[in-house]
Amino acid sequence: MPEPYVPPASGVELAETESIASAVPRSHLSFRDLLSEATVALTARPARTLLTALGTILGVAALVATLGLAKTAGNQIVSRFDELEATSVIVRPPQDRGQDPRGQNQQQVSSIPWDAGDRLQRLNGVVAAGTKSDVSVGNALARSVPLIDPLGQSEFQIPVIAVSPGLFGAVRTELATGRVFDDGHNQRGDNVAVLGPGAARRLNVTRVDNSPAIFIGDTTLAVVGIIEDVAREPELLNAIIIPDGFARQRFALEAPAEVQVEVQIGAAELIGGQAAVALSPNDPTQLRVSLPPSPRQVRSSVESDVNALFLVLGGVSLLVGAIGIANVTLVSVLERTGEIGLRRALGATRRHVAAQFLFESAALGALAGLLGTSLGILTVVAVSANREWTPVLDAWLPFVAPVIGAAIGLLAGTYPAWKASATEPIAALRATG
Amino acid sequence: MANAAGPAPVVELERVARVFPGTPPVEALKATDLVIHEGDYIAIVGPSGSGKSTLLHILGLLDQPSAGIYRIDGIDTQELGERERAGVRSARIGFVFQSFHLLNHRSTIENVMLAEIYRPGSRAKRRDRAIEALEQVGLGHRLTSFPTTLSGGERQRVAVARALVGEPSLLLADEPTGNLDSGTSAQILDLFDDLHAEGLTLAVITHDGDVSARAKRQVRIRDGVVTPVTAGAEHA
Repeated sequence: MPEPYVPPASGVELAETESIASAVPRSHLSFRDLLSEATVALTARPARTLLTALGTILGVAALVATLGLAKTAGNQIVSRFDELEATSVIVRPPQDRGQDPRGQNQQQVSSIPWDAGDRLQRLNGVVAAGTKSDVSVGNALARSVPLIDPLGQSEFQIPVIAVSPGLFGAVRTELATGRVFDDGHNQRGDNVAVLGPGAARRLNVTRVDNSPAIFIGDTTLAVVGIIEDVAREPELLNAIIIPDGFARQRFALEAPAEVQVEVQIGAAELIGGQAAVALSPNDPTQLRVSLPPSPRQVRSSVESDVNALFLVLGGVSLLVGAIGIANVTLVSVLERTGEIGLRRALGATRRHVAAQFLFESAALGALAGLLGTSLGILTVVAVSANREWTPVLDAWLPFVAPVIGAAIGLLAGTYPAWKASATEPIAALRATG
Repeated sequence: MANAAGPAPVVELERVARVFPGTPPVEALKATDLVIHEGDYIAIVGPSGSGKSTLLHILGLLDQPSAGIYRIDGIDTQELGERERAGVRSARIGFVFQSFHLLNHRSTIENVMLAEIYRPGSRAKRRDRAIEALEQVGLGHRLTSFPTTLSGGERQRVAVARALVGEPSLLLADEPTGNLDSGTSAQILDLFDDLHAEGLTLAVITHDGDVSARAKRQVRIRDGVVTPVTAGAEHA
């Protein structure tokens, strides 16, 4: 049998090493001892330990605060967008035909119908919809009295905007006084107007119960209401708003310039797909639909903006922190030369000495990471409380940050630990201390 | 291992030499033969620069000879790796230094317990063994004191206790009274006498005649050469 030859040979060898091992004790340092040595070394001078770790504490705190605040602010901005932007859809004719004005005019005439608001109103998910167009009134000035006052300015260039009644809902109009015009006014082409607060102030119209009239050139308009505020399309605030029907008759408006649609939250994508078909069934591609930015995109772009800047800042402070730990550990290696020599005399190998210093600096780094994480989270909470935000934090962050701290401590301790392990015990023991 | 004719040798140096490289190389220790038997109390005397530190470091396994054979308890140290050398150092040799080398931020008992952290074995009885060693040097009442509150003599006794934990084969003392006044020096030397009486093997390196006079045997070292001092001739 060839096999038995091999095992006895290796068996003898094994027995030999075993006998040497039992005769000669091998130096040994248990993890528990390593842990307690590091703990004692770090707690012996707590103030110094804290100062050593300060740079890393601040670095980790900056990182955690940055990530936390970016997340918090990102969510905050998104929720504000959700309120207004996410419920707004705008339909316009394409703009890339601007080079051929005649063609554009033809497209506009055919693309958005006058009853766009009514058509969209029928779609499920639309809250309100209405057309809106700037009206060209030539050089006609607006005034509230049919008199020429030579002493004061009473005539103004005020923009005139033609809308369908549905638009007032679509821009969330708040009225100061009076009412807005309705479908009846629009269909009959009545000469009525609603004033934005800016226009009302300039025309000196403050109430509508006395049926004030205003004049655009020689066109007379009856003011039926004054707006307090709108949530969208702020140019309405400074304009004279007239019905589409009247603008067609009196100012030769050819077609609506755009359709404003207020949709239910979450319906924007759906309505965006349906609106063009509803308005231009023969050729939906003739219309351009503007949708609110997707919340996901908003969040990520905000985060990346804020993060890029502050992560660099946090990284720099971490680097400074690491240098701080390396520096103080190196100094303490020099200070503890006697201790290193003693440990070697007591049976430590170079590895044991290196392990001890590495472990100390890693523990210091982990401690700094823990404190820094706490500080960073406190910052996020404090800022959120101040701004009345909801603090949002990635769940992994509080767990990863101390690990980063420990890694930095380990990295920073590498050179000092090597230096300590290279200390000659002879020289070290001769050093007084 | 024990020789029928007498006690077994603890330390055997055969033609041990130590040369420090350089230009020119420094021959700190010339080929030396030295045997220290179990229960010996030997003083190694010589002026500074004579090579006695080199000898101490070789005896303490802190340095390796350039030539020759060094056996401790019959173990040839030449063949050992770093971990074994450190292990032998930890288990068989107790060190006492001129400047004590106590850790100031630790209590007396913690300083003594430090002797065993590089040894395999149970932590459980470490404290008991440390207390025992401290009682042996007469410091059973200062277990929780810190070195900064101890007198020089007490500090050195703590260092001796640390060297005694685990019953080493050899106690190596390097100028143990160098930082002490004559009164406390005498206390330490009395302690050494007691330890010797209990059977401990001691090697004391010194340039102090009062210290070497207490030893049972003296060797003189000068210019790297070790010569025995005959029992009759007191003067070093």
